[in-house]
Amino acid sequence: MGLDFLSSILFATVVAGTPLIIVAVGELVTEKAGVLNLGAEGIMSVGAVAAFAVAHHTHNPLLGILAGMAAGMAMSLLFGISALTLMANQVASGLALSIFGVGFSAFVGKPYESVALASVPLVPIPLLHKIPVLGPALFHQQGLVYFSWALLGAVAWFLYRSKAGLILRAVGESPVSAHSIGYGVVRIRYQAVLFGGAMAGIGGAFMSVFYTPMWVEGMVAGRGWIALSLVVFATWRPLRVMIGAYLFGGCMIMQMFVQGSGARVTIPAQFLSALPYVATILVLVLISRNRGTIRLNSPASLGQTFLPDA
Amino acid sequence: MWLKFEPRAEPSRLMTYLSPLLAVGLMFLSGLLLFYVLGKDPIEGFRVFFLYPMKDAYSIAELFLKATPLMLCAVGLSVGFKANVWNIGAEGQLLIGALAGGWVALRFEHSTSPFLLPAMILAGAVGGMLWAAIPAFLRTRFNANEILTSLMLVYVAELVVSWLVHGPWKDPDGFNFPQTKVFSAAATLPLMLAGTRVNIALLFALGALVAGWLFMNRSFLGYQMKVAGQAENAGRYAGFSARRSVWFGMLAGGAMAGIAGISEVAGPVGQITEKISPGYGFAAMIVAFVGRLSPIGILFSSLLMAILYVGGEQAQQYLSLPSSISKVFQGMLLFFLLGSDVFINFRPRFVRRRK
Amino acid sequence: MPNQTAETPRLAIKGIRKVYPSVVANDGIDLTVMPGEIHAVLGENGAGKSTLMKVIYGVIRPDEGEIIWEGQAVTVPNPAQARALGIGMVFQHFSLFETLTVVQNVALALPGDFDLPALAKRIEEVSERYGLPVDPRRLVHALSVGERQRVEIIRCLLQNPRLLILDEPTSVLTPQAVRKLFETLRKLASEGVSILYISHKLDEIQELCHRATVLRGGRVTGTCNPAQETPKTMARMMIGEDLPACSHGEPGAEGELRLELRGLDHPTDDPFGTQLRNICLQVRSGEIVGIAGVSGNGQQELLRAISGEEVVRDHQTVRMCGQDVGHLNPARRRALGMCFVPEERLGRGAVPRLTLTENALLTAHRKGMLSGGLIRFKVAQRFAEDCIARFDVKCGGAASEAKSLSGGNLQKFIVGREIMQDPKLLVLAQPTWGVDVGAASFIRHSLLELRNSGTAILVISEELEELFEICDRMVVIAKGTLSPSTATSETDVEEIGMWMSGMWPGAAEQDGAPHVA
Repeated sequence: MGLDFLSSILFATVVAGTPLIIVAVGELVTEKAGVLNLGAEGIMSVGAVAAFAVAHHTHNPLLGILAGMAAGMAMSLLFGISALTLMANQVASGLALSIFGVGFSAFVGKPYESVALASVPLVPIPLLHKIPVLGPALFHQQGLVYFSWALLGAVAWFLYRSKAGLILRAVGESPVSAHSIGYGVVRIRYQAVLFGGAMAGIGGAFMSVFYTPMWVEGMVAGRGWIALSLVVFATWRPLRVMIGAYLFGGCMIMQMFVQGSGARVTIPAQFLSALPYVATILVLVLISRNRGTIRLNSPASLGQTFLPDA
Repeated sequence: MWLKFEPRAEPSRLMTYLSPLLAVGLMFLSGLLLFYVLGKDPIEGFRVFFLYPMKDAYSIAELFLKATPLMLCAVGLSVGFKANVWNIGAEGQLLIGALAGGWVALRFEHSTSPFLLPAMILAGAVGGMLWAAIPAFLRTRFNANEILTSLMLVYVAELVVSWLVHGPWKDPDGFNFPQTKVFSAAATLPLMLAGTRVNIALLFALGALVAGWLFMNRSFLGYQMKVAGQAENAGRYAGFSARRSVWFGMLAGGAMAGIAGISEVAGPVGQITEKISPGYGFAAMIVAFVGRLSPIGILFSSLLMAILYVGGEQAQQYLSLPSSISKVFQGMLLFFLLGSDVFINFRPRFVRRRK
Repeated sequence: MPNQTAETPRLAIKGIRKVYPSVVANDGIDLTVMPGEIHAVLGENGAGKSTLMKVIYGVIRPDEGEIIWEGQAVTVPNPAQARALGIGMVFQHFSLFETLTVVQNVALALPGDFDLPALAKRIEEVSERYGLPVDPRRLVHALSVGERQRVEIIRCLLQNPRLLILDEPTSVLTPQAVRKLFETLRKLASEGVSILYISHKLDEIQELCHRATVLRGGRVTGTCNPAQETPKTMARMMIGEDLPACSHGEPGAEGELRLELRGLDHPTDDPFGTQLRNICLQVRSGEIVGIAGVSGNGQQELLRAISGEEVVRDHQTVRMCGQDVGHLNPARRRALGMCFVPEERLGRGAVPRLTLTENALLTAHRKGMLSGGLIRFKVAQRFAEDCIARFDVKCGGAASEAKSLSGGNLQKFIVGREIMQDPKLLVLAQPTWGVDVGAASFIRHSLLELRNSGTAILVISEELEELFEICDRMVVIAKGTLSPSTATSETDVEEIGMWMSGMWPGAAEQDGAPHVA
């Protein structure tokens, strides 16, 4: 196995993990505010198709990202109206969003199924990209890869170093207490939901405009759900999301790894494709076994509807 | 002016029943709007999508055909949903049920025994239950969230189907199409009505509705599931086993989905292909919610959902719109229902906003 | 006494009215508080005290009425505005965040800069000055209930309030800690801070407050100077009649052993929970044993270990009616004759959205309500109707939802449901918490009757008066360990209060020592 091969495996892992990081970090912020939005899969799908359409018509991938983000926010707004304003069950609202989003993206994406998009050039980081092996893998990457790192840092700082982050965590911990000392629980939760939606939209945009780049119905293929599992895996801590995302990224490019290793085993392609899903289940089992850890780290009000009694 | 929701002293029974109708009404309205936005004549679109599926006896029979797997899955899921057991992987359980039952059909392809069909159906139920048992076990043993695990298993099930029909189970005389041999006559469900495609699976579904009603309303175990769903701590306080609720909820969903799966492959599909189900397992969740998790409600909502499926096909044929439009309507319906439900527990009031 | 003649009142409220769908919580309430005055708001549970305070603090908006702050009519749309005016509030159910530190909790309520080290210093200063010791860097879930209350008070004091509202502040304190709190409050009042003190405890109000406003059913029924009243006259204002007396009677001869805890150890998998250590207790038929203690000292854990909601590792350490039961679930313990009334009525003792008939089924299904796995609704309904009649449950009949009942009536239903199963052992947690005086007295009376008929009864309560009223013997729980038992007639509030802070004879040696048989 040559160093070039190692470098390309690493490169592909990072690329495959990037949408997971972006979506999972967004969901993490949402969940820290006490809201469980199971709609990530639907938001990503709609974000992906919106981004693709705009990138296709404008020939501008940046506008595509913005469109994905806007579409993601619009989708999460639907969730917010249902789960926050109309106080519907969060689990059911999230499922509704996923079902709607996957269906809606298939519907509006139909005309784009046979359209190709030019691939977006990589962005090298001066000097760093010359480091052997790591340089080409980490520092000659898609722009959104760097964005995902910055996002991780920014969210970690926001949650644990800023007052606004403290307030957000307080709302997720005990909305009743937060309300009684005067915070607008519903307003803060809306902000968190919209942020989560924006990130899931960008994650979807990355899939269709940068990663593949094309639009096919069902192309998100469960990544939204895997991102949700990642938040649990990371026990709601931002930096651990990165570890998990790259682990899953590795799983997803396993096929490439097997082919490149020159091994002469014949494993059906479907088995390799199933790996990320099986890995998700394993990871959930490993983390969830310890109820104490979950209880300490998960926002106490997660998934519960808040009704202001004013 | 500012809309405010005030809690009602008691939930409104009237709104419990009106809210699904309100949701359907809102869906119709948005349908008109959607057709208009798409540049179609809204009235014509409405007619094609919602009314064509009921235009003659054959069409109505088709509705019942489509409603059958939805009823089966939804009644099974509703048992779990009542207990807050969120099995969202019915689609996967349906596929594995189809595989398990289909295996029996293929293994005994020359059999003409009258026991072949019952054996297939039993195998279908067991297959679905096995697939559902995985998240049940992981939840009760390791506390792993069944929403995520059951959903992941849908993708795995799809890949298993894909592997089998591309590989070991592929029909050698099938021109390399990814599908198995067509099931023998003895392995195909008899039709109920000549000239239609409705088969006796509809009777299973109706039977499941009755059994589901008895279970939820008359049995002590059903009562325990209801308590577990509404107030977990009360269930623990009374000494009802939470594990049993999870197991029963998951297995009921799995068994029914498995029967739905085998009924599809031994019915209208006639063989195992990659496209056994157009998302029945997911649509059944909507059917269960819109039907208020009650068997009587599910009977009606599954027919409504069947209209959405057939309507999608009609829209493709007559309006040249992608058939995935039916999924758009499905998602909207669930959203509108969740939104309308606010009126059950809250009273809307317009108030002047204070500074 | 503060001078009340020429000064402008610190706070005057006029004609406050607040209506909820099922109840008029406040109906034309007037109240005036002078600078430096400690003013009691007295009333039963459900009289509207908490609603009124939330109106003043801006958590709830009133439907009618005005608030005049230092001579100016104001509106208080939210708590931030209240704090800006100079109003601070210490909640009955604390508004703290468990997984955050003390200083983070305080920062959340303060406007301005986000400089935690500087804030920690200010917390230490205030805690020094007012005798409220607390470590700003600790996580709130690791604090005792008393410490949490200090955090709440400090959080208010840091904003230099001119009016401090305390909602039932002593319900979580030992008698000794109550005295310390009163010192702090008197010091604040002497510095000119007005205090609104909400309570239903008459003796405390007499000891502390300058004036009292009495509420009943959402209306003001009188104002008085507590020093010139007796508990009896104030009680009459509060409940409209004399306090019902409860005759205790003599305990019978030593009965058979119904519950025995033998060196029960129980680690908790809840990071916020309390570990139980070497708990020994016996409850015999025909006696009422009370467990006193400040909340959060292991009561919840002990109850779950007794009820079977949590099974214990060494199943011989819990015995009921002569059998080891530590490994049995609640249903199987009930089959042996145990019944249990939990602290939370809605969501644990009863399912809110089910009818009373269906709630009867919850624990009383052994009374012939099942046949072949199916429910006999007629039997359940008859049981519920009997229970409603026998225990004077005011409701719309057996078909009403549990949620529609008032706290007191639902508690009567639950207690009745358990008593009607003829328990050999009845365990109750906070049997009269949040219940009106009439219902409370009815429940206590029923318990004494049940004791006389030979049931073994265990009561866990934070209300000392209640335990002294009904118990034959008492023990105290502190930090997950249990004190020796003492006959109620041979102890007093002072001694039990000492024990509540973990200082009972032999406590020091026992701590951490291996189990004594």
